[in-house]
Amino acid sequence: MRGIAKTYPGVRALDGVDFDVRSGEVHALVGENGAGKSTLMKILAGAVAPDTGEIDVEGKRVTIASPRDAERLRIAIIYQEFNLVPGLDVAANVLLGREPVRGARLDHAALYARANEIFTRLAVMVPLRAEVRMLSVAQQQMVEIAKALSVDARVIVMDEPSASLTPDEVAKLFDVIRTLTKAGVGVVYISHRMEEIFTIADRISVLRDGRLVETGDAKSYDIGSVIRLMVGRPLDAHFPQPGQYNAPGGAAQPRLSVRELTLRGRINNVSFDVAPGEIFGLAGLVGSGRTSLLRGICGADIPTSGTVSLDGAVLTIRGPHDAIAAGLALVTEDRKAQGLVLGMTIRENVTLPHLDLFAHYLVVDKREETSAVAKLSADLRIRTPSLEQLARNLSGGNQQKVVLAKWLLERASVICFDEPTRGIDVGAKAEIYDLMTRLAAQGTAIVMASSELPEVLGMSSRIGVMRGGRIVHVYARGEATQESIIEFATGASAA
Amino acid sequence: MTAGRRQALFRLGIFIVGMTVLLIALDHWTHGAFLRPFNVSNVLKQIAVYAVLAVGQTLVIITAGIDLSVGSLIALTGVLMAGFMVGQSSDALGLLIALGVGVGTGGVAGAVNGWPVVKFNLPPFITTLAMMLMARGLAFLYSGGRPIEINNAAFNAIGGGTILPGIGKFIGLPGIPVPVIVMLGVVLAGHFLLTQTRFGRYVYAIGGNEEAARLSGINVGAVKMGVYIICGALAGLASLLLAGRLSTGIPQSGSGYELQSIAAVVVGGTSLMGGRGSIVGTFVGALLIGVLNNLMNLLNVQSYAQEVVLGAVILIAVLLDELRKRFFVSG
Repeated sequence: MRGIAKTYPGVRALDGVDFDVRSGEVHALVGENGAGKSTLMKILAGAVAPDTGEIDVEGKRVTIASPRDAERLRIAIIYQEFNLVPGLDVAANVLLGREPVRGARLDHAALYARANEIFTRLAVMVPLRAEVRMLSVAQQQMVEIAKALSVDARVIVMDEPSASLTPDEVAKLFDVIRTLTKAGVGVVYISHRMEEIFTIADRISVLRDGRLVETGDAKSYDIGSVIRLMVGRPLDAHFPQPGQYNAPGGAAQPRLSVRELTLRGRINNVSFDVAPGEIFGLAGLVGSGRTSLLRGICGADIPTSGTVSLDGAVLTIRGPHDAIAAGLALVTEDRKAQGLVLGMTIRENVTLPHLDLFAHYLVVDKREETSAVAKLSADLRIRTPSLEQLARNLSGGNQQKVVLAKWLLERASVICFDEPTRGIDVGAKAEIYDLMTRLAAQGTAIVMASSELPEVLGMSSRIGVMRGGRIVHVYARGEATQESIIEFATGASAA
Repeated sequence: MTAGRRQALFRLGIFIVGMTVLLIALDHWTHGAFLRPFNVSNVLKQIAVYAVLAVGQTLVIITAGIDLSVGSLIALTGVLMAGFMVGQSSDALGLLIALGVGVGTGGVAGAVNGWPVVKFNLPPFITTLAMMLMARGLAFLYSGGRPIEINNAAFNAIGGGTILPGIGKFIGLPGIPVPVIVMLGVVLAGHFLLTQTRFGRYVYAIGGNEEAARLSGINVGAVKMGVYIICGALAGLASLLLAGRLSTGIPQSGSGYELQSIAAVVVGGTSLMGGRGSIVGTFVGALLIGVLNNLMNLLNVQSYAQEVVLGAVILIAVLLDELRKRFFVSG
């Protein structure tokens, strides 16, 4: 790709970008949200047409005007949100639209044989007859990759492929990627996770504000230098200094106290305390019960047994409404599915949990709403031309800030964060870390579940490791290391 | 004034100018019959029942639901109201009883529609389809299949009478039809409810993302029950207008009205997927369908052909709306 430019009304999304992928290499594409990664990817996919620029495939000039063109050129894209049919089985998904037929009838034997052959090539076991909706995220990803292979893709673009994978699954994914590159496939790997990029990538390209900053051998960079290229400024303080704020000593009553909390089949007898000003990190593999625990505390799911106390008083929580009224807030992991009403404006989303603050008798006072939300928006540096912008049109980082704003409107005593920085850019991440630290300094008790170990290690006052619905180990500040957490999380180290 | 509001005013201006030109052109086409006060009042009278139904339907559809039972509820509440007024000597008391029975029964039926949706997550299509069949059957059972005459003058005046003869004289009519006043009242109340109150905000939130609404502490079940009850109660009110106009409670009445009301909602730009729509749009939708029917009558279009045209117009209106949105989003 040479000199690719694309302008949207008001935004220069790509500005003369050169980009190439060699056969058999992993080329990582990094940049903050809005840097132009997804536009570049959409151009490759044939979803949008570039204004200017040329694309060559194996030396031949091509135009990619539609997804069909991309398929014919054997370019496959695996989006963050998968394109699978949940009700069909694995083999049917892999060969969707290319089913082998005998006359007018589907040739089932050939279907399973072909699918089997593809998974064998990947050296991956996925039950071919299982419905896709029954599979784990990691398995679904393998189905997507198999789908790409079924069209003999020469170039596979992966957008944040590790976003919801456990460390084990990521390792497996990397094995598969290596199998692909050995067979001569070129892989474009888009990710925010620096550690992974340095594990898997041969070359790295950094985009910033629609321009290509640099392309080079992965070996010639380190995490710090890539981040500097991405943000255009040094960002050595990735995390606020732990220990900047201090939880009051042992005499203080815990703000949040969870006792023997059980959600049948998901959480088993979990007890822990969080003091005012503390950030309690929850580490563990996907499925270890972190999300269920947070949901159980905040009334999103109702615990089978056990208690949640706030400042020593046991709460009766029959649903999110009770939890919110008591001062417990849940920032969910999936902002699009659970955090936001995408078709509503920023203002309407932020005031949703506390609309009573703005209601006089029956009528909601929109002017009061606007002024309150404007203050929060400035405080959180939500980047938007107007508070009447629909949540749908915001970038991931700004969407996450809107979700946070919902719970800052009325001071919450306890905030549970589930994957607070998933899929958002480095700049917004730093802002969210900063916000969490400030909240803690004001006496809020924070529980933070995260799959990113550096985040857990960097942010937490104490860390609980979950496995199989239990907290199997709690570290005091400074005791934990990545290796040790992984040992507890995987059961390599006994509790 | 914010840019958004200026833009909205600008669009409203264009809309008014465009509509005026269109109406004058249509008037010309029908040789002056269309804009005659008598005809205008007639159109509004004819859409009153549909528009009242469509207001309730809009609320339900914005929550991503649907109510198929409103047509049958018109029949059931119609015969019930007529039956309860039989032998009632006081007109005023009779009207009050009828109003209570009609709106009350509609509301209860709405609750029966909503309860399995809220408690057991059944699709509203199913629960209201069941109610559609049951209410129709009950209407026949109660009336023995025969129309029930209504002799209550006050009741009949609400469906067929006029008020404000002073204004009426000014425009050359006996007065403003009462059902038109009722319709405008319901439309304004519905618009207020949706745009100015917490309940309205919650209706949009639930239709846009039910899980996010629940996690924001909104009592999703209560709001949903609310919209189904309102929708049922408005069916009772619409039935009062219809039965009053005909001075009869008829078990066959209201058939197909549920689809008419859904058509008005959809033509008015409300999304069947939920989360988006407005009462004003629905009113414009009902008006459009009413005007179209009226024009075809004035132009002597054969009645079978009218249905073909109406169907095509609904499809085109929704298609245009979809294209406009696409253009708006990408442009």
